[in-house]
Amino acid sequence: MNIDSLHCIGAISLLLTASISLTAQTPSPASGKKPATIHNNPGERAFKANCSRCHYAPESLSPRITGTVVRHMRVRANLSAEDERLILHYLNP
Amino acid sequence: MPKRPSIRYRLSFSKPRCLALAAVLLTSLVAQAQSAPRVPLISGGIGMFSSTYEGSTFMQPVIAPVLAAPLGPHLLIESRADLRGLLQQNNNIGPFHGSFTASLEYLQADYIANRHLTITAGRFLTPFGTYNERLTPIWIRNLQDAPLIFAIGTRTSGSSNGVMVRSNLYATRKISIDNTAFFSAKVSDGQFQSARAFGDRLTIYLPSKRLEMGGSFERFLQATPSEKPHRNSAGLHLWWSPWRSPLQVRAEFAHGPHAAGYWIETAYPLTQLGGANSLLGRLEPVFRMQQTFRITPQPGDGLPSADTQQADFGFDYHLPHEVRLNTSYSRTFSSTNGNIWDISLTYRFLFPAWKGAR
Ligand code: HEC
Repeated sequence: MNIDSLHCIGAISLLLTASISLTAQTPSPASGKKPATIHNNPGERAFKANCSRCHYAPESLSPRITGTVVRHMRVRANLSAEDERLILHYLNP
Repeated sequence: MPKRPSIRYRLSFSKPRCLALAAVLLTSLVAQAQSAPRVPLISGGIGMFSSTYEGSTFMQPVIAPVLAAPLGPHLLIESRADLRGLLQQNNNIGPFHGSFTASLEYLQADYIANRHLTITAGRFLTPFGTYNERLTPIWIRNLQDAPLIFAIGTRTSGSSNGVMVRSNLYATRKISIDNTAFFSAKVSDGQFQSARAFGDRLTIYLPSKRLEMGGSFERFLQATPSEKPHRNSAGLHLWWSPWRSPLQVRAEFAHGPHAAGYWIETAYPLTQLGGANSLLGRLEPVFRMQQTFRITPQPGDGLPSADTQQADFGFDYHLPHEVRLNTSYSRTFSSTNGNIWDISLTYRFLFPAWKGAR
């Protein structure tokens, strides 16, 4: 493989991912976890806008440490105090 | 002349008020304590990494525990260590030999001063670009190896000892602007190594587009035998994860005193093929393209000595119970070309530091 074919593979992979993402924009109703959609509930919205930016959400989260997690993430992601409040309320209503 | 109230009168006069005040204070303290996080958590990743480059293989068992402990409504103590072994053969033959390293990546106190400002003191991850603060956890990164430009802006150790001011400057539903400024002192000791440096990172995040752009700057203030002090590094980053698709695009460009480069990574979890828990939906193809440009020779600056291009192709498989299998193949083009095969298994753990009620 030379540099040109590397560029070619790179471009194809990028295009492929972009085109899959565009064609797959409407999730099939059968699919389990759908991609995030913009929601009206401000807590859910803040959660979806922020909590999957850097990593996947944990499979489960003990309510005893939700406050600690959200505080930790507020610092790490420089979230606003309002987002911290909304997300906390969304996770621990 | 008005009669001064007697002490007794004053006391009896102020008692109900005092009680009311105490009650109000107590309720607000209880409310604050209830709304403030209290139970510390222990989290982190355990992993087994293996990498093969030009016929030589090494393995790394890693454990990277994280502690986050809130102390009252304003203070958070957080820390992460990295304990890893390195198993490799002598000249690619014979038995594997082991060595062990331990490092404290951060141990910091965050003081939430007000709605906008958090002041951090201690040892913290140097806030340059995105990779160091966000993607170094072994359970988060999509590809086992850090990008080639990782050392730009994060030298000497990726951690800083000093003070950091983190602020959320402005936030609405449409836009959030934040800034992180830091100063670090020089520590030459192996365990707690850091450079004398200062820097700043400004980030704009558009939640309605899930699009983030930012710029980082770092000024390295210490001299080394082969380098003068006062050298600048600058970087740009762009992250995008559209609302209607699981696509992730992350990219960074950085320019250091002796080299520059970029990486762009796309990941596409196939969750739309049968759901996140289906056989195919657990699969996540990842692709990263990287390039570095050597400006002046500088051995030991952590970047390739010659211009390099690298393409990384990965397949990550999200197993149940927070276990993930990452595999990747990388092809490197430089003064010598090479192939890197990586495979790793990671497990993310997370639990309260103690049992019992809140
Ligand atoms: C800016 C990137 C970023 C964002 C945004 C983010 N996280 Fe994290 N998260 C991290 C990193 C990095 C870690 C690992 C901490 C470490 O190893 O130093 C982490 C760790 C965690 C953990 C493990 C426990 C812990 O506190 O370390 C949980 C749970 C978590 N995040 C949930 C969330 C939730 C909920 C949100 C939304 C409020 C969120 N994350 C937003 C980067 C982020």
